[in-house]
Amino acid sequence: MFVELNNLLNTTPDRAEQGKLTLLCDAKTDGSFLVHHFLSFYLKANCKVCFVALFQSFSHYNIVGQKLGVNLTVARERGQLVFLEGLKSAVDVFFQTQEEPHPLQFLREANAGNLKPLFEFVREALKPVDGGEARWTYPVLLVDDLSVLLSLGMGAVAVLDFIHYCRATVCWELKGNMVILVHDSGDVEDEENDILLNGVSHQSHLILRAEGLATGFCRDVHGQLRILWRRPSQPTAQRDQSLTYQYKIQDKSVSFFAKGMSPAVL
Amino acid sequence: MAAVATCGSASPGSAVATASKSNVTSFQRRGPRASGTNDSGPRLVSIAGTRPSVRNGQLLVSTGLPALDQLLGGGLAIGTVLLIEEDKYNIYSPLLFKCFLAEGIVNGHTLLVASAKEDPANILQELPAPLLDDNSKKEFDEDVYNHKTPESNIKMKIAWRYQLLPKMEQIGPVSSRFGHYYDASKRIPQELIEASNWHGFFLPEKISSTLKVEPWSLTPGYIKLLQFIQNIIYEEGFDGSNPQKKQRNVLRIGIQNLGSPLWGDDICCAENGSNSHSLTKFLYVLRGLLRTSLSACIITMPTHLIQNKAIIARVTNLSDIVIGLESFIGSERETNPLYKDYHGLIHIRQIPRLNNLICDESDVKDLAFKLKRKLFTIECITKLRSYGLRSQKYFLSRHSQRKCSVKKNPYFKEPHTLKKIY
Repeated sequence: MFVELNNLLNTTPDRAEQGKLTLLCDAKTDGSFLVHHFLSFYLKANCKVCFVALFQSFSHYNIVGQKLGVNLTVARERGQLVFLEGLKSAVDVFFQTQEEPHPLQFLREANAGNLKPLFEFVREALKPVDGGEARWTYPVLLVDDLSVLLSLGMGAVAVLDFIHYCRATVCWELKGNMVILVHDSGDVEDEENDILLNGVSHQSHLILRAEGLATGFCRDVHGQLRILWRRPSQPTAQRDQSLTYQYKIQDKSVSFFAKGMSPAVL
Repeated sequence: MAAVATCGSASPGSAVATASKSNVTSFQRRGPRASGTNDSGPRLVSIAGTRPSVRNGQLLVSTGLPALDQLLGGGLAIGTVLLIEEDKYNIYSPLLFKCFLAEGIVNGHTLLVASAKEDPANILQELPAPLLDDNSKKEFDEDVYNHKTPESNIKMKIAWRYQLLPKMEQIGPVSSRFGHYYDASKRIPQELIEASNWHGFFLPEKISSTLKVEPWSLTPGYIKLLQFIQNIIYEEGFDGSNPQKKQRNVLRIGIQNLGSPLWGDDICCAENGSNSHSLTKFLYVLRGLLRTSLSACIITMPTHLIQNKAIIARVTNLSDIVIGLESFIGSERETNPLYKDYHGLIHIRQIPRLNNLICDESDVKDLAFKLKRKLFTIECITKLRSYGLRSQKYFLSRHSQRKCSVKKNPYFKEPHTLKKIY
């Protein structure tokens, strides 16, 4: 996790809020550093994490996680991390017939089905173990990323249903957190993606939006991060708090600074 | 040199994983991990034509163009997809495609060529010839002899130092350098093609058999191609799961004109086709196959024909490296004096961040390519407009540091304080 980002968000692994949905969104840049941040953050907070990793392989997250101080292999063996590797599972589903319903069963279907098997998988992974012993603080669902589901043939409504079911189970019933990454297609007219993005942003409590600079590529400033706190349940009479920072990604950390205050410029 | 392992205990099919707590660099094999076998102890095994990346130790192969390798941060990582957005009349993208395949032949990699338009055997006949300097040319002649005769103890006359190196598990390739230059005007020697191991997938041949699989929402051509690729990977042991085969080679996959109507896909014809998810599903499953095997893939795609722009964005997100070619033929840039020396622009649209938070993005964004008689080169062009002198343009070539006036414009007097440098 990035300590500077924790300061900006005013959280630490010990006293993070529960029952929140965080939306990570990236436009014209790569926002995956936020996913790595939250993954290591919640693993350090001793939470039970279910990671639906549709975008990259397990070893990628593991190697970056080791740079940030968490070991995913150990966490998986201990039972703290339930990892669904999308790329590997897709190959399994595609080439071999599965007996029991697989979370990525929809890949075999011709019509746009629903994501019920995936939701069952998440619920199964995060349900509290009956035994009385509470090893983990609260469950967390991490999805990287949701736009891949659209590319794989699901409709935007089906994905929104899935998010709704997960939110009801994880955030409300189990008092856990959810972190979701959605790509913002920007000026490309991707209607399904826009529906999905709007739908999830209306339900979320915290939106982190990583944007590329409007002026183009810069070596010293990799992009701009907008943080928006929302209260979806309360009326919008109160103004939502919003902050904007620029950032530069380094090998093991990300440094944040106010707009125009990059160390390269000063 | 790619042929020699750089570190005694390293196996090159690995990525450096620095454990921050214990401060020990532990090399972990990225990708093919046979479930049963455990690597006991260090092995001095290297795969010809590959080298570990400087940044994170990832295994890289050359794309066939050393200039492109440099722009991509060293080369194409094993397990990734290189997507080339074709230029408008499909003149230059086949050349990049063929350079990639030729590099595979020269390095002794296995090839898998898939096309719906041309027979893969014909594609292989048209590969460009590698430009080998004299020393390695004699080495190549020697190696061809070694390949044909079964005795492996022929004393090397020219490259005798290679005899002193420990015996590799792999038969020596034609050249052990990383990245070669290719002569676009000559054809690759026939012996090289015959000595190489290649598989072809020609869609009209494969699709004639009746389809026995259930109707998924993928076009039958894509399903067949995925099954073919998966079959080759499993049969030849590129993913380490086949207990009989222990493969120490790289599989280079080349797919030509993916997404064109010849593959049975209609995204180039209609805006909201019946199976608009076919191509993206294909790319996802293909990437899943590549991530778990020692293979690298090049795909050329006519994205300028795709009607629905959202699909292009999705395809870009699902690929690892995306390069766009824009040729000047037929556009108004052909007569623009700026681009007089060049044949087109090359855009590097996306570079992946693999096993890392950052990637090796090059600072140079204005890149142009030209196909001279022999070579395909990529150069940086920067146009500097001067103030005060009306519309006189200066060109800054990549290697020269001083401002120079390249084009002699007869209507303006050249300032005599400037030097002319080509």
